[in-house]
Amino acid sequence: MIPAETADIKIFTPQADEAPPLDASGPIGWIRQNLFNGRLNTVLTVAALLLLAKTVPPLLSWAFFKATWASNAACDAAREGACWGFVVEKFRVLMVGIYPEQYLWRPAVFFGLLAAVVIVTLFRLVNARTLAILWFSLPLPVFWVLNGGMGLAYVDQSLWGGLMLSLCLAVVGILFSLPFGVLLALGRRSEMATVKAICVGIIELIRGVPLITILFMASVMLPLFLPEGMTINNLLRVQIGVIMFSSAYIAEVVRGGLQAIPPGQMEAAVSTGLTKWQATRLIILPQALKHVIPSIIGRCVALFKDTSLVIIVGLLDFLGMIKASTQDPEWLGHEAEAYVFCALVYWLICFSISRYGRSIEKNNAW
Amino acid sequence: MTENAVIEIKELNKWYGHFHVLKNINLTVRQGERIVICGPSGSGKSTLIRCINRLEEHQKGSIVVEGTELTQDLKNVTDIRKNVGMVFQGFNLFPHLTILENLTLAPTWVREMPEKKAKKMAMEYLGRVRIESQAHKYPGQLSGGQQQRAAIARALCMNPRIMLFDEPTSALDPEMIKEVLDVMTELAEEGMTMVCVTHEMGFARTVADRVIFMDAGEIVEEASPEAFFTNPGFDRTQLFLSQILK
Repeated sequence: MIPAETADIKIFTPQADEAPPLDASGPIGWIRQNLFNGRLNTVLTVAALLLLAKTVPPLLSWAFFKATWASNAACDAAREGACWGFVVEKFRVLMVGIYPEQYLWRPAVFFGLLAAVVIVTLFRLVNARTLAILWFSLPLPVFWVLNGGMGLAYVDQSLWGGLMLSLCLAVVGILFSLPFGVLLALGRRSEMATVKAICVGIIELIRGVPLITILFMASVMLPLFLPEGMTINNLLRVQIGVIMFSSAYIAEVVRGGLQAIPPGQMEAAVSTGLTKWQATRLIILPQALKHVIPSIIGRCVALFKDTSLVIIVGLLDFLGMIKASTQDPEWLGHEAEAYVFCALVYWLICFSISRYGRSIEKNNAW
Repeated sequence: MTENAVIEIKELNKWYGHFHVLKNINLTVRQGERIVICGPSGSGKSTLIRCINRLEEHQKGSIVVEGTELTQDLKNVTDIRKNVGMVFQGFNLFPHLTILENLTLAPTWVREMPEKKAKKMAMEYLGRVRIESQAHKYPGQLSGGQQQRAAIARALCMNPRIMLFDEPTSALDPEMIKEVLDVMTELAEEGMTMVCVTHEMGFARTVADRVIFMDAGEIVEEASPEAFFTNPGFDRTQLFLSQILK
């Protein structure tokens, strides 16, 4: 109700803004509030600073100031800092393993294709649908280029290795386990008891054992079960193991997303005459998958790191090649350089994936 | 069969576990009729309306919609749903699609209508519920009243012969109830067959041909709005009305 009498109404004028007190804002304020806001925090801050002062300078001096990029002999003579000549010398095996030297252009094509798709993804050059098509069409040309056939000389898969192998296992693993994971998750929620039981069985069986066990099964046990004369090469068997493992975890992630969708969405969809399957595909899954993108990115990172376990079944992936190269009698005693480089590469890749995940999380609010 | 009957419910019974939610419901809705179902919460009115397009399964009795009986046969159910629109209390728009996409989805997938034609039709319906300007926004950007009107337009895009409303204004702020009821009244004036579960007694009084009062899973009273409001036949109805109309 508007009051009838408005003659003696007061007029409201807001106060002028003032700047906040200096010690509560800006970098000084931040340091006070976050590092020295109490006795315990002050002690912890000082302790952390001391620890950093003790460890960072020697590390920097080893890695940069006293490091050499020279060959082995010169390096042995100095022997004070890191000898990055080792990494330069071993770079090829670390990247592609013992892939034949005359066909090196083929792994180069692989890295180029992968980099191209990654760039398209990072800079959002195409829409989501095209992006999915790009990623899912990646394995085929890559396999042809690396493996040979149809005009290209065959390169046995036992010669594949290094970072190339790690990336292949992880990318193919993720690409295939996404659809399988989604199917398993849908199956787990199915109203058909048999489908549900089978899906729950598969998911829980795989989640109940370590990846190493699955890799052993795939590499050692699986050939025993195959009919005589039928062979699947070791790499493919391991890849199937990785896909199965990842599918089970992605299924659980996707199930979480499916549970977050209110039942009214399905009701509204079917009440317009869509079939249950159409409603799942058009309404439920797009929403559920959007909810779980961060967790799926997390699974990608985890899977990429997990591929280093294939060393157990005799495949020399990136970590395997790092280890093998430190055994070279010409270059003994360079474990530190090897593993620091290894950690750096793994960190760069995993951290980039995480950051990308964060960025799509932010962009996806609807 | 009653003449012009589009929905015929006979001896309908439904249980949730051991709980008997619907008891011997008999209801016939004729072409062009506007039915309002009211009653206290837990009386089974929502369950009843949700049985008509089989969002809920019944265990005994029969429901025939436009000559087709609702059974386990999924094809029958889908066919009926194509011609029976539903509006929910919680709107249930699809949050990942724009309003326009919400409207065109079913016509393009179910009726296989070309996209251009579906968009044109959707814009027409959005005009009728007076939210054409919101077509390219996402549901989360709209007010409750606008969302509910969009949901009504979405149901209308399938060109249904019957519309079911399940408490369409119960989740709305008081200011927005009127804009939704106006749209529903217009729809009624055009001759749409409507079954509404609602507590809006003003709407029932002006729009309904028949008011049905339910309690404890039964139809207590079925009367014209005149008779229902002025001269209810049961004490239970009187009590309900005295509480709802202050």
